[in-house]
Order: sequence, then C-alpha cells, then structure tokens
Amino acid sequence: MSKFKKKTGGGTPGISTASLPDIVFMLLFFFMVVTVLRQTTPLIENVLPTADEVEKLDKKDLVMYIYAGKPLPRYQGQYGTEARIQLNDKFANVNDVQAFIQAERESKREELVPFLTTSLKVDGETNMGLVSDIKQELRQVNALKINYTTRDGDAASNLE
Amino acid sequence: MAKRSAPEVNAGSMADIAFLLLIFFLVTTTIETDSGISRRLPPIDDNQDIPDIRKKNIFIVLVNKDDQLLVNDDPAELKDLRQQAIEFLDNGGGVGDEACDYCQGPKDPSSSDNPDKAVISLQNDRLTSYKMYIAVQNELVAAYNDLRDREAQRLYGQTYREMEKNKADPNWRGDKEKLDQQLSVLKAMYPQKLSEAEPKRRD
Repeated sequence: MSKFKKKTGGGTPGISTASLPDIVFMLLFFFMVVTVLRQTTPLIENVLPTADEVEKLDKKDLVMYIYAGKPLPRYQGQYGTEARIQLNDKFANVNDVQAFIQAERESKREELVPFLTTSLKVDGETNMGLVSDIKQELRQVNALKINYTTRDGDAASNLE
Repeated sequence: MAKRSAPEVNAGSMADIAFLLLIFFLVTTTIETDSGISRRLPPIDDNQDIPDIRKKNIFIVLVNKDDQLLVNDDPAELKDLRQQAIEFLDNGGGVGDEACDYCQGPKDPSSSDNPDKAVISLQNDRLTSYKMYIAVQNELVAAYNDLRDREAQRLYGQTYREMEKNKADPNWRGDKEKLDQQLSVLKAMYPQKLSEAEPKRRD
C-alpha cells in the first residue's frame, strides 16, 4: 500500500481536441481577410471565351468592368434576347459607357487615373458589333487600356 | 477524500462552430484574379496621317460574319493562322537598311521586309462572334510570343514566356532591372504591331 499509486489507465489516453478550434479559427481568419465578395451580380449570360496567351490583371482597384452578353432568361421578357451591356448592376446602352468611365475615374485618386484598365467581360456568343461600339466609346473618353478578359484554355476550343 | 477539480467546459462543439463559419467564407471567397488579352486602343486623332506602309508589309486577317478567315485574300483555317503569321513576321526580305539579321524566314521579297515594319491588320465584321475574334487575337499574339520565345532562347537561354512570368512573380529572386532590359530588347526585335480596324459592313 504505497502512497504513490501508479495510475493504471485502461487503453490509450484520448487526444485533447482543445486546440482544434484554434487551428480552425486561424484558417477562418485567413479566409476572412482574403475574401472579396462579388460586387456585381450578372444580369446577363457571361460565358467568357478561352485563350492561353493571357496576362494577369492584378491590382483589382485599378480595373473597371464592363459586362456584355445576352440577358438571362428571367430578364428576357423585359430586355429582349439581343446582347446588352451591363454596367454595375444595371443594363445600359452604348452611350452610357462614357458616363460610367467618367464616374469610375471620379471615384479613384487622381494620380491613379492613367493606370486604369477597362476589363471587357463579354460573352462568347456576342457579336463583334457591340464590342466595337464599346471600343469606340472608350476611345472617345480616352480609356485606351483594355483587357479582353478570358478563361484559361485552348483558343481552338472556342469554335466547338 | 479525493480532491474535486473544477469542472471543465466542453470545448468540443467550438470546432463545429468555427468550421461552419470557415465553410461559409470558403464558399464566398474568390481569390482568383482575372486574366485576359491586353490591348491598347488607338487614340482618336482627327488629322490623322495615314502612314505609308507598303502592301507587302501588311498581313491582312479578315474574319467574316460566318466566322470564316481570309488571310491575304486566301481562305485559311484558324489552326494554320499562327504559322502563317510567324512566316510573315519572320520573313526578313529587306535588304540594306531594312535587312533583318536575326530572322530565319525564307527572305521572300514579296513578303515583309523586317519585323519592325510588318503590320498585322485584323478586320472583322459586325456580325463576327466575339469568341472567334478572341481566338484569332490569341493566335496572333501567340505568333509574336513564339518568335520572342525563340530569340530569348537564343540570347538568354530561357523563353520569353518564362521571363514574363518571372517578371510578374513577386517572389522571383533575380535581377529585375536586367530582366526588364532583356524583355525590352526582345519586344524591340518583334514589336507587336497589330492594328484593329473599325468593322465594316461587308456584303
């Protein structure tokens, strides 16, 4: 009968899960910090064409987005099936593009304005006529840096 | 008497709560950056002088409303476009001042003099589909990049595409200034002269 009794536990001791929340919270904070919620909800069909000779478009604050494509089925009753332009969360006409660019420029710091790039997110099925009209409008307001935003992939797969 | 220890709070469900939040943020996260073909539009200039370009230095790519290609008045396929553009750019048919000492083309006098002079003109119809247009743009940019790759391999022992990737990579350890200088040498060898005409209605 010794005072220091040897503890004789049955089986292996359970692993403490107390630190698990810490790990998970760490992951959580990481994703919270890097998360950017989508600002615009597409009102149009927006299947971008594929290309492989692409350049990355980083510095998201220096990018203006112009969407174009056929309206989604639930808007087709109101806006028809012809390809339309979408600026922010609204359908727009070609002559609204200039005002949109001006408004975007106003919202940026003045020294950043020359670095602004316009990203054209155009659905693959759109006719070039609309895209050319947008390009003409962009030339009018001297927004010359554009980027035809695409998905990654082989260019030949566009034709299937 | 056994000593009573303070009761421990069960933290087991804490992980569940944290996971729930984590999964929410995982689903709503978009980290990917957009990528695409960057272009510079020509500025609007009223008193525009039409530059004097000889016809043999222009490579005309025409895409009609049915997405068919016409390259220098001959029908062509998209898969052959890159090779045709490379042959045109790399021809180097010039003599004297206009000679191109790094070109490996056939030096055909009826094709381009020098990559510096060679212009690719891309014309499309208003009814051309955007995806065809992008595919053609992609092939033409690829032609330039292929040629720059070849010269980069010869001069610096790595491809142009690799060098561009290194330039964009903030973690790349190397001399960025030297890289910039090398890239501008390559760009000067094969400058991207790609003109986009305003579409015409063709009948």
